[in-house]
Amino acid sequence: MSRQLRGPDYLALSDLLTEEEILIQHTAHDFVTAEVLPIITKHFRDGTFPATLVPQMAQLGFLGSALPPEVGGAGLSAVGYGLVSQELERGDSAIRSFVSVQNSLVMFPIFTFGSEDQKERWLKPLARGEVIGCFGLTEPDVGSNPAAMQTRARRDGDGWVLSGAKMWITNGSIADIAIVWAKDEEDTVRGFIVERGSPGFSAPDMTGKLSLRASVTSELLLDEVPVAESSRLPGAAGLGGPLNCLTEARYGIAWGAIGAAVACYEAALEYAGERTQFGRPISGFQLTQEKLVWMLTEITKAQLLVLQLGRLKEQGKLRFQQVSLAKRNNVWMARVCARLAREIHGANGIMDEYPLMRHMMNLESVYTYEGTHEMHTLILGEDITGQPAFT
Amino acid sequence: MRICVLIKQLPDTGSALKIRADELWVDEDNLVFSANESDSYALEEALLMKEAQGGEVVVVSLGPERVGQVLKDALAKGADRAIHLHDPAWEVLDSLGLARIMAAVLKEEQCDLIFTGLQSDDTGDGQLGPMLAELLDMPHVTLVVETELSDGRIKVKQELEGGWFQYVTAQLPVLLTIQSGINKPRYASLRGIMAMKHKEIKAVGAGDLDLPADQWVAGRTLQRLYVPEKTKETVFLEGSPQEVGAALVDHLVNTAKVF
Repeated sequence: MSRQLRGPDYLALSDLLTEEEILIQHTAHDFVTAEVLPIITKHFRDGTFPATLVPQMAQLGFLGSALPPEVGGAGLSAVGYGLVSQELERGDSAIRSFVSVQNSLVMFPIFTFGSEDQKERWLKPLARGEVIGCFGLTEPDVGSNPAAMQTRARRDGDGWVLSGAKMWITNGSIADIAIVWAKDEEDTVRGFIVERGSPGFSAPDMTGKLSLRASVTSELLLDEVPVAESSRLPGAAGLGGPLNCLTEARYGIAWGAIGAAVACYEAALEYAGERTQFGRPISGFQLTQEKLVWMLTEITKAQLLVLQLGRLKEQGKLRFQQVSLAKRNNVWMARVCARLAREIHGANGIMDEYPLMRHMMNLESVYTYEGTHEMHTLILGEDITGQPAFT
Repeated sequence: MRICVLIKQLPDTGSALKIRADELWVDEDNLVFSANESDSYALEEALLMKEAQGGEVVVVSLGPERVGQVLKDALAKGADRAIHLHDPAWEVLDSLGLARIMAAVLKEEQCDLIFTGLQSDDTGDGQLGPMLAELLDMPHVTLVVETELSDGRIKVKQELEGGWFQYVTAQLPVLLTIQSGINKPRYASLRGIMAMKHKEIKAVGAGDLDLPADQWVAGRTLQRLYVPEKTKETVFLEGSPQEVGAALVDHLVNTAKVF
């Protein structure tokens, strides 16, 4: 029998993947099962990031995986990259978020917009996990409308001075470098690599999160931070820079959300087969079956969606609106799966012995970050009607 | 230094096995296959040794086309090249025939070390390693749980019965059969997976070997494969409670032998 994906593959999508892509999924799947699942509940409960996973993920090539080997990547196809995202989020959205940020929001902009010196200096250490990065776009008063950003970059002699504040920054306080987006004196958005320890730069953690608890989320405070011209990303001018990064990240999320849904579905299927009421397993009741079938159907549709999304990306034909469609749909269906799976688990479902509430709470963030569900609706609405409805 | 690792492909642990209609093997349709467990540890031990000492790891497996999967898995983990022994004439082999074929191939490889798992998880013979070592005229150590290589000699820790161990040293070349648990087998890295397709898998058939066909004719053949057949027999014990109790104990101890 030819190689098969691990986990639900109801429509035999394994047949549409290369052997390498299936092996990539096996590595990520087995890694998550053996290394992430045994420790993630405690980290979620304690609100700590499992930093011990970083060297392992780097060694396996998860950091910068889609970049070419010459810069420390693994040269994965877009589908291969997506499969890794999916499996990591089967573990926890926090782990996938960490890898998404390092890949799509830090390594991608340095690779795409950076100078040769910047690529030389940062990409391989980022791939080895020796340098952690974060991405500063969102601000306390600026979320869905990044054009209104208030962080400023002022020319100062040969260099720049950055002032402002960023919020909801994954990896912020553990990051060695931050990709910070700011407007210059002509209101053009510029990207800068800001190093930890720069004068006036701090990254206090945000506390009290009930979601993505195994992920570090911080503010970035920029109080007249001096940055050399050599740390500006020369290839980025305007909002297109950060928005390109977000399209990359959203692509990973569209895949990742399936992983969270699969975790909930598999837990519910197993539980329904074991839990007995009225003298037989609850999987034998029509109402339970309807929930399980809904989940499997939505997961399968989502799998088909991202597979074609990935193939379009590989062919250079991908439009950002298509990524919006996939992110919007897949996170929505994962969010519903988490709730249905919790319902099947009854009262037990609220306990952290089961993964449902963890995924459910995580998915509240995923539903909103990297473009809210509503903003993706408007992106698609504009695309099909030609009429922007953002303001 | 060249380390050859012998890997057997088996139905994945946890597969639901169905016996074939001819009762000579299991039905292989729709089964997922993977590497024999102790062979995976043998591969890891070889890769660790290569990383520490330099050299080359060559993986070898015999079987139909699907066996290419375990060879590719090993290449993705870091083995340098693979040899796939595949010939319709080799469909039914016993341990000696298999050892002779392996010896014919490995003689040309001039290995410094040959690693194989302690035994396969299907037939559990554990004979290939010792037989192959004899055919290649090299020493062997079975049940290896630790290795230490230095100056052309290898010191190994060998598991004995009853929780005992002993240390054995041997001059290279040597064959070791590796016990599960000796190390932690790695996952194939993404870079390793992407590099896999550029590595050589050499196909070897009966016509490629200097070995007469009578050398692999099975001297031992499997007669019948079956799930243990349950026979149910109810014995009624009669008499006073004391007599029934004594008869029950006697039955449990001497007939059912549960103690």
